[in-house]
Amino acid sequence: MIPAPFDYERAESVEHALSLLAEREDAKLLAGGHSLLPLLRLRAVRPSLLVDVGRIEGLAYVRDAGAAIAIGALTRHHDLARSPLLQEHNPLVSRAAGLVGDPQVRHRGTIGGSLAHGDPASDLPAVLLALDGEVDVAGPDGVRTVAARDFFLGPFQTAVGQREMVTEVRVPKLTGDHVWSYLKFRRRAQDWATVGVAALARRSDGGVAEPAIALVNMGATPLRAVAAEAAWAAGEDPGALAAEGTEPPSDTNGSAEYRRHLAQVLVRRAVAEAAAR
Amino acid sequence: MSAQTEVALGRIIGAPVQRKEDGKLLQGQALWVDDMHVPGTVYLGVVRSPYAHARIVEVDVAPALAHAGVVAAWSGADLAEEWAGSLPCAWLPTEDTRAPEHKPLAVDKARYAGDAVAVVAATSRAAAEDAAELVEVEYEPLPAVVDPEAALADGAPLVHDELGTNRCYTWSLEAGEVDRLFAEAAVTVSQRYRQNRLVPNAMEPRAVFVQTVPATGEYTIWSTTQVPHILRLTLSGVLGIPEAKLRVVAPDVGGGFGSKLDVYAEEALALAVARRLGRPVRWTETRSEGYLSTIHGRDQIQEIELAATAEGRITAVRVRLLASMGAYLQLVTPGIPLLGARLYAGAYDVQGYSFRCDGVFTNTVPTDAYRGAGRPEATYAIERAVDALARAVGKDPVEIRRLNFIREFPATIASGLTIDSGDYEALLDRLLEHVDLPAFRGRQEARREAGDPKRLGIGFSTYVEMCGLAPSRILGASRYGAGGWDTATIRCLPTGTVQVVTGTSPHGQGHETAWAQIVADRLGYELDEIEVLHGDTAVAPLGMDTYGSRSLAVGGVALYYAAERIVEKARTLAAYRLGVDESEIEYVRGRFAGPDGSLTLKELALSAWTAHDLPEGMEPGLEASYVYDPPNFSWPAGAHAAIVEVDTETGAVELERYVAVDDVGVVVNPTIVDGQVHGGLAQGVAQALYEEAVYDDAGNLLTANMATYLVPSAAELPRFELDRLETPSPTNPLGVKGVGETGAIAAPAAVMNAIADALAADGVTDLDMPATPERVWRALREARR
Ligand SMILES: Cc1cc2nc3c(=O)[nH]c(=O)nc-3n(C[C@H](O)[C@H](O)[C@H](O)COP(=O)(O)OP(=O)(O)OC[C@H]3O[C@@H](n4cnc5c(N)ncnc54)[C@H](O)[C@@H]3O)c2cc1C
Repeated sequence: MIPAPFDYERAESVEHALSLLAEREDAKLLAGGHSLLPLLRLRAVRPSLLVDVGRIEGLAYVRDAGAAIAIGALTRHHDLARSPLLQEHNPLVSRAAGLVGDPQVRHRGTIGGSLAHGDPASDLPAVLLALDGEVDVAGPDGVRTVAARDFFLGPFQTAVGQREMVTEVRVPKLTGDHVWSYLKFRRRAQDWATVGVAALARRSDGGVAEPAIALVNMGATPLRAVAAEAAWAAGEDPGALAAEGTEPPSDTNGSAEYRRHLAQVLVRRAVAEAAAR
Repeated sequence: MSAQTEVALGRIIGAPVQRKEDGKLLQGQALWVDDMHVPGTVYLGVVRSPYAHARIVEVDVAPALAHAGVVAAWSGADLAEEWAGSLPCAWLPTEDTRAPEHKPLAVDKARYAGDAVAVVAATSRAAAEDAAELVEVEYEPLPAVVDPEAALADGAPLVHDELGTNRCYTWSLEAGEVDRLFAEAAVTVSQRYRQNRLVPNAMEPRAVFVQTVPATGEYTIWSTTQVPHILRLTLSGVLGIPEAKLRVVAPDVGGGFGSKLDVYAEEALALAVARRLGRPVRWTETRSEGYLSTIHGRDQIQEIELAATAEGRITAVRVRLLASMGAYLQLVTPGIPLLGARLYAGAYDVQGYSFRCDGVFTNTVPTDAYRGAGRPEATYAIERAVDALARAVGKDPVEIRRLNFIREFPATIASGLTIDSGDYEALLDRLLEHVDLPAFRGRQEARREAGDPKRLGIGFSTYVEMCGLAPSRILGASRYGAGGWDTATIRCLPTGTVQVVTGTSPHGQGHETAWAQIVADRLGYELDEIEVLHGDTAVAPLGMDTYGSRSLAVGGVALYYAAERIVEKARTLAAYRLGVDESEIEYVRGRFAGPDGSLTLKELALSAWTAHDLPEGMEPGLEASYVYDPPNFSWPAGAHAAIVEVDTETGAVELERYVAVDDVGVVVNPTIVDGQVHGGLAQGVAQALYEEAVYDDAGNLLTANMATYLVPSAAELPRFELDRLETPSPTNPLGVKGVGETGAIAAPAAVMNAIADALAADGVTDLDMPATPERVWRALREARR
């Protein structure tokens, strides 16, 4: 379908984008467009102004930032998947980014858009949550840093305000002691996850420490499977507790009941895969 | 290799010639309906009911009229006088089939979510869509009925109040002593299957563009149609415009699979608006709109019973079908389930045959032809039931098939039709050369013994189908509203090229290439000297179009006979020019040789054109036409095997291998045939594993876009392994059968049988399509309880 009418402005810089956002209550940023355009076409959203940030210079990068890897908000999924820096220091991100949608989607979609969109079915939000990453959000009053655990507020709701813009994302460098897995269960290669699991921990004394398990599409936001994490650390079956505290949706890809079951199977497999790494 | 070499080798028919069509398609140079731009055009925006069933209380188009760029807007009532008749249904299978009124815009009631209730004409497509949103329709929602069984229950909401029932028709057939055979049977199996509702999803959405010459009252309708000829004559009836004033052009058309074998509301609307406004009018479907307004396929509940001996020899088949028509009858809606009516015994020799089908109205998008149309349904039911019988008598699925195959041809089957030719056992033998069954069983068993949660399964589908629609006499007896012939004209031009006019209307099948191969083979022209014209009623006025794997077996054969007529006339002329008797002329591909001298067909074409020196009474020009009416259907068959891996923990099914051995008669172009089989298999696998149009109880289509309706991509499909045997059809001189639908017909059963095979040891044999991970998981959980 054709979107409802809107005005269009191309932002030259973050400041420019922010000033354009400030002009209208219902202005929206446009990055890769791969979440926003489908909604526009369905006329599910009707912003009166689109602020295209896609061509702002210097916001697409993957950089070594000491203990962390810094990722510019406009970095495409494809570039995350291919980044040598991420492949070396945080392969969990590159692995998950390489499983997003299909090649077209990965060449257009950005990490900033993916996080700001706040779709609980998306891959990178759960990965960020498992990694305890952080997000820089620029606004009228400057840049603030939001921890992943405070970032996702509800379905399609994040800590990013209407007048704000995500500029950078940081994830920790993993070490040789880290074990990880990203499993995405989907009907077709290009689909969103029916359920996805990011699992991460540090090897310690024959077991694991600092376990993190985050779930995709098991509730209103990406979720940490806290009970399963504890079980994993305790050397027990994390699968059995994987669906605890979740409120998965029911749709044509699976009922809530089936998703709970899937979460159990996938968490078990993810932990096994991580352990085998 | 050049055509000339091929001609010399005598192998132009059967050569893997590259498709002439592909260059322009791949380079974006095709001409689609949506590419036509003419100044002054108005664009239509169609207002559709969000309710599956609702009384239309009031339609207010005033807010739309006030929108910038809007030229006009009408409700159903406003346009009521435009229609001289309903949108056509050409196939009422019984005398008492109930055919409700079906106007392009609903007036009193909307009967499915997507039913068109108003239309806006504007100077741009965007304005048309914006304004369509502004039309205010007051609905009084009514209870809807979606499930065909529920539709027949007492007290069900009536889709068409005036009919007093949701039953459209009951059609039945009884042959042999079925009751006795069942009573005497040592073994019977009784199965119930669901044919999931499918959305055809042609790559090119539907579009229509109408140009008018108000001074003469003439209209040219550019449409994404498979059936320009049918469209012309039926639109004439819907609009009350003399057929001679209508020209229909199907330019390049991007797929149809049956969904463009129809006469749609939007085509009639565009024509009506062009008549009202005297301006060019165009409408292009959005993909989301397509899900709600283009016909769907399948949607049947099937009950099949087999009677058999203790060894598993089938003696009789009994079938009860419940087929959802959707809310209205489209062009051939009620006939679709009946295209399979006589095929539920499959490739097997039985004595008794009983079939009954009830067609039922529901508050859903109308169903109609979708790749295979009736035959995938029949094949699925019998092929799965045969596997159930194999389990009941403790036989292998291969063994049970061998035991029951029809072996002598031509074979008159219990349901009354005659299968022209075939060798079913040879197909199965060839299949087993590709699939090492004992080795597979070993691997399967080893997995199971190791407690691997991923099980393996193999499934077979040994199908036979009827295509090449169709002998007009049989169509008449089936109460179909037209004949099944087709036409070809060959015009040898003076410059050494040749023009072929065909009544078929390709939309992806490569007729321009295959037809050229036939002409090259018969008349000795190079492939690039042959022009194939089609899909325009002004250029090819007579034709029956393309559907039902009919084009080669009917239109291609017409072309063969037209070529014979060319040779006949040219022979007379050659004899005259060479001064010998006709009997002394030897004709070999484009050259007429007498005892001392010869002339080429091209030379003769030039002489016939100048007409300076022709035999007494011979008409100038070298041109011939033929209208061919096939004496029988053609009967492709094959043996397919699918190998799946089923993850018993998640329920996910992965298709590991798919092997298809087909007999589609003589193959004109193996590359095209491979492509047709690939596409058909993809759609067949899709029916088994991925695709399903899901309605909720209120009649909302929950899978109304490509994110939720899962069309598989190449990533989900294995590399198809294809092989072929050829038993030429004795019915036509080319020996051809048809291939457009075989893959879609065979694959669902092969895949589902494979899943059942994988899970039989876990106690699961019953599973509906599509076998989604959740369905598989639930079935396993059920079985473990
Ligand atoms: C067919 C298809 C399949 C897909 N499959 C997957 C999948 O499997 N997994 C997955 O995770 N995703 C998937 N996606 C979504 C894809 O990854 C999107 O590209 C991504 O979610 C959004 O990024 P974008 O740059 O395209 O954002 P846009 O669509 O441009 O914007 C999305 C939202 O974020 C806002 N926004 C964008 N950038 C910023 C910013 N820098 N700061 C603040 N707000 C911003 C916009 O205003 C908008 O509200 C798929 C998309 C498609 C079309």
